[in-house]
Amino acid sequence: MYAFDYRRPHSLNEADLALKAHPGAKLLAGGQTLIPAMKLRLAEPGQVVDLGGIGDLKGITQKDGAIRIGAMTTHAAVAESTVVAAALPGLAALAAGIGDPHVRNRGTIGGSVANNDPGADYPAAVLALGATVHTSKRAIGADQFFNGLFSTVLEESEIITHIDFPVAERFAYAKFANPASRYALVGVAVAKSKSGVRVAVTGAGASGVYRLPQAETALAASFSAKAVDGLKIDASNLMSDIHAEADYRAHLIGVMLRRAVG
Amino acid sequence: MTDQGIGASVKRKEDLRFITGKGQYVDDINRQGQSYAIFVRSPHAHANIKGIDAKAALAAPGVLAIFTGEDLAADKIGGLICGWMIHSKDGSPMKAGPHPALAQGKVRYVGDHVAVVIAETLDQAKDAAEKVAVDYDVLPAAVDPAKTQRSGQPQVHAEAPNNTVYQWHLGDKDAVDAAFAKAAHVTKLDIVNNRLVPNAMEPRAAIGEYDSGTDNLTLWTTSQNPHVARLVLSAFVGIAPEHKLRVIAPDVGGGFGSKIFIYAEETVCIWAARKINRPVKWTADRSEAFYSDAHGRDHVTTAELAVDKAGTILALRANTKANLGAYLSTFASSVPTYLYAPLLSGQYNIPAIYCEVDGVYTNTTPVDAYRGAGRPEATFVIERLVEVAARETGRDPAEFRRQNFITQFPHQTPVIMAYDTGDYAACLDKALAMADYKTFGQRKAASAAKGKLRGIGFSAYIEACGIAPSRAVGSLGAGVGLWESAEIRVNPVGTVEVLTGSHSHGQGHETTMAQIISSKLGVPIDSVSIVHGDTDKVQMGMGTYGSRSGAVGGSAIVKAAEKVIAKGKRVAAACMEVEEDQVDFEAGEFSARGTNKKMTFGEVALQAYVAHKFDPEKIEPGLKETSFYDPKNFTFPSGVHIAEVEIDMATGVTKVDRWTAVDDFGVLINPMIVEGQVHGGIAQGVGQALLEGARYDETGQLVTASFMDYGMPRAADVPSFNVAMTNTPCPSNPLGVKGCGEAGAIAAPAAMVNAITNALGHEGIAMPATPQAVWRAIQKMPRKAAE
Ligand SMILES: Cc1cc2nc3c(=O)[nH]c(=O)nc-3n(C[C@H](O)[C@H](O)[C@H](O)COP(=O)(O)OP(=O)(O)OC[C@H]3O[C@@H](n4cnc5c(N)ncnc54)[C@H](O)[C@@H]3O)c2cc1C
Repeated sequence: MYAFDYRRPHSLNEADLALKAHPGAKLLAGGQTLIPAMKLRLAEPGQVVDLGGIGDLKGITQKDGAIRIGAMTTHAAVAESTVVAAALPGLAALAAGIGDPHVRNRGTIGGSVANNDPGADYPAAVLALGATVHTSKRAIGADQFFNGLFSTVLEESEIITHIDFPVAERFAYAKFANPASRYALVGVAVAKSKSGVRVAVTGAGASGVYRLPQAETALAASFSAKAVDGLKIDASNLMSDIHAEADYRAHLIGVMLRRAVG
Repeated sequence: MTDQGIGASVKRKEDLRFITGKGQYVDDINRQGQSYAIFVRSPHAHANIKGIDAKAALAAPGVLAIFTGEDLAADKIGGLICGWMIHSKDGSPMKAGPHPALAQGKVRYVGDHVAVVIAETLDQAKDAAEKVAVDYDVLPAAVDPAKTQRSGQPQVHAEAPNNTVYQWHLGDKDAVDAAFAKAAHVTKLDIVNNRLVPNAMEPRAAIGEYDSGTDNLTLWTTSQNPHVARLVLSAFVGIAPEHKLRVIAPDVGGGFGSKIFIYAEETVCIWAARKINRPVKWTADRSEAFYSDAHGRDHVTTAELAVDKAGTILALRANTKANLGAYLSTFASSVPTYLYAPLLSGQYNIPAIYCEVDGVYTNTTPVDAYRGAGRPEATFVIERLVEVAARETGRDPAEFRRQNFITQFPHQTPVIMAYDTGDYAACLDKALAMADYKTFGQRKAASAAKGKLRGIGFSAYIEACGIAPSRAVGSLGAGVGLWESAEIRVNPVGTVEVLTGSHSHGQGHETTMAQIISSKLGVPIDSVSIVHGDTDKVQMGMGTYGSRSGAVGGSAIVKAAEKVIAKGKRVAAACMEVEEDQVDFEAGEFSARGTNKKMTFGEVALQAYVAHKFDPEKIEPGLKETSFYDPKNFTFPSGVHIAEVEIDMATGVTKVDRWTAVDDFGVLINPMIVEGQVHGGIAQGVGQALLEGARYDETGQLVTASFMDYGMPRAADVPSFNVAMTNTPCPSNPLGVKGCGEAGAIAAPAAMVNAITNALGHEGIAMPATPQAVWRAIQKMPRKAAE
């Protein structure tokens, strides 16, 4: 780890000022991604701004047909939330399947979504549910938010404050864990609501989380595993690595899709 | 007192400090004036070093020194050694290149040591290390053990043409050829035994310290055998004579073999400590562990089994390329030769065996002993062959094994080993019953109804442990003897200190060795402390590996205890005023036969030190005895493991559904600890079969260099194990123990692959059988079975 300065602001405003005063400053949430990268000297922020002191960023509420989750809410808190369990049990289950207990008790939804790891679970839920990512500057729709591997439309010094997940009639996430890292090798999230069906795939896409329009159309016509049986999954835009070639990932997308539909 | 002695599942004495964070590992130790070392490592698999510019690094804050291979050479510090000489078929000695602790002109694998930077703080050392500019002339790399001997491949060492260290063989080729010529059936398999990264929980670490007042050196290091480390560093590397060098291996958090070897980092730390007259500390991070801990396995083998019409095995033939990596690690040469081929007979009566092994260099991390060391590789070969031969000849795999079991003991195999005892059918019968083998078909049908495949696989392994008689290993090329020492110091109050040359790094010696003392001397285990891991305390020892601590180290303790009893009888006789041969000792009490005179063990100890009641001309005061124990033979633990797997056809995920293990470890000192060893070993073997596998790309980069990419088994990957024991006491040591530390890792891979291939209905899968690999194998299933 390189030496760095550490700030722990107590309001969003203070955090904003700290970021602006130090270009290249990094936000610290649960630190499950940032700290290992710093320890390996892959990340070298001169300033670390810890969001842990801002109470407003934590917590889960239900309002106007949506679940609002503060950016600093841990995976464990989401997994154990009775609010989430009642409205979007699939989201609680997703959070319960992230990493291990240590990771779940430190890692946050804001950090996960901001980081947009291609193997992360939350991005699939954000995209499938058509969630809105609220930041210190604006509200960003899920379809606009993610734009590539480890990349989002967040600007320098933009802080995710909370995420609103519209409550769906049905939401489920099926994860196929990477045998080594246990991140998603393929994860498929399916949400059915009045406005239609949305399907998002994580872990597999060569440019990160993406939607599966053919599956959405098929499921909108008939919401059943059978409706997507035999659906042809294009492997050409999928990742190939030592854990899975693109054709296997394509196959798994089909399997996980059917399992998510149930 | 016997409720704590041999055979009792007492809780581990050492666990209190381990689970409350009070263990003292090397990294927990900090010395006055300590400095920190960071190694500049090669990012290339193969390159000439054209120059090293350390000017900027030397000027960086806090830097105390930067050393390279030239500095070691100038101080006449020798290279690291390989302590086992192997001769090729043609009689020529193995061809090994030098192994300098810091590279001299050339780097040979990613992670190879180029320079050491020593600074006041760890961060300063890291900062400065980044400023060391190394000018590399990158060379093509030889990576694949199956291809490295071909002409035109990059040459790792000039001393070893065609990257061939040795071409060794064992057995009778003509007899084997003749047997194959008349065989009714030949089973042939191409086998890859995948390369493993040991991943002990505690990474390696070292602190070197020099005392300029006494000219003494102390090395704290994560070692399984501190005395061997001292011997090598003194006699071969030339750090200091043995009486000037103390090596301490304190609490060590797992080794699995990887901490047997003498490594570059500890060598440099102890050498540099004198050079700069400051303690020098180094602790590996996990990435360094992946790159620089000696790896395990990595064999490419073609193996054949000849069977006659009646299903009797006639002969076995194997040809193995063993990847030794870029340098020969401390015992690397022995693992794929004498620790491998002599086990190819398994539990079977095989009249003729012939095995050829080429030890080869590649531009990869050195490979050496890893839990089982050669025996898992042998077991995988024979148990895959036997299973497939049974399938191909339409026989039940259990019955085919039984038909060929050795039943008469002692049994001389055609490949060196003389098995002393065993009852293989007893293990098999017990395992079959425990595994509900008869009703497997019902479970298979139930799985099929869920769209899943189910398979069952056997592994009837044997291993040679308690390694071993010094004269035997010496005749096979070992540079050391493999006895063990024990010193028993009875205190005047009757408490006991045992100094052992074995080293515990997770095995629980502080408990099991105390249990041996409890049984022999009749004292409670809380009155016994076990001292190990310090060359200033324990005079000499050979350390812990090869499941030898119970059989060899424990036996040495028994021998020393017998001497303590003998001396105690003399003291007691004098005190009780009877003849020595009138004194009996039992359950902690000396008594004079035919009288009501008695003395407790503690009373006799006190009298031995008070020395008032005996003639010093006849009896020396004190109660302290030593034994160096050298066994007559290896021990031969064996057993039958049965794995039952269920495979999700849609994803290729293999679930280990049931596991039956029936092992014959002879006498058990602490059954709970033995079961723990079995559990851990099976988990490691399942890891090898399903998840683990170090992979290099064609340029020699290790692409599985972190837990993100190298899959380790976790608790959820294994079922609750169904474990039982049979017991044929080992005749060659006084405890009757055989050793249990490696059995699980030896047995499990073959059982797993046999179960998976049984489910698939074909043999086309290699380890690790990852979901992707299994899914692809499912696509190749015969139509009917897949339906
Ligand atoms: C062993 C292990 C296993 C894991 N397994 C999984 C898994 O199975 N599935 C999965 O999805 N994830 C997994 N993770 C990732 C983990 O769950 C976290 O989600 C992830 O590390 C990021 O969250 P964090 O709170 O730790 O963020 P940090 O590491 O603190 O930050 C990550 C990045 O996001 C930025 N950031 C953080 N918060 C904000 C914010 N509010 N606004 C803007 N930017 C912000 C930071 O500046 C940084 O760049 C695993 C991690 C580990 C260490």
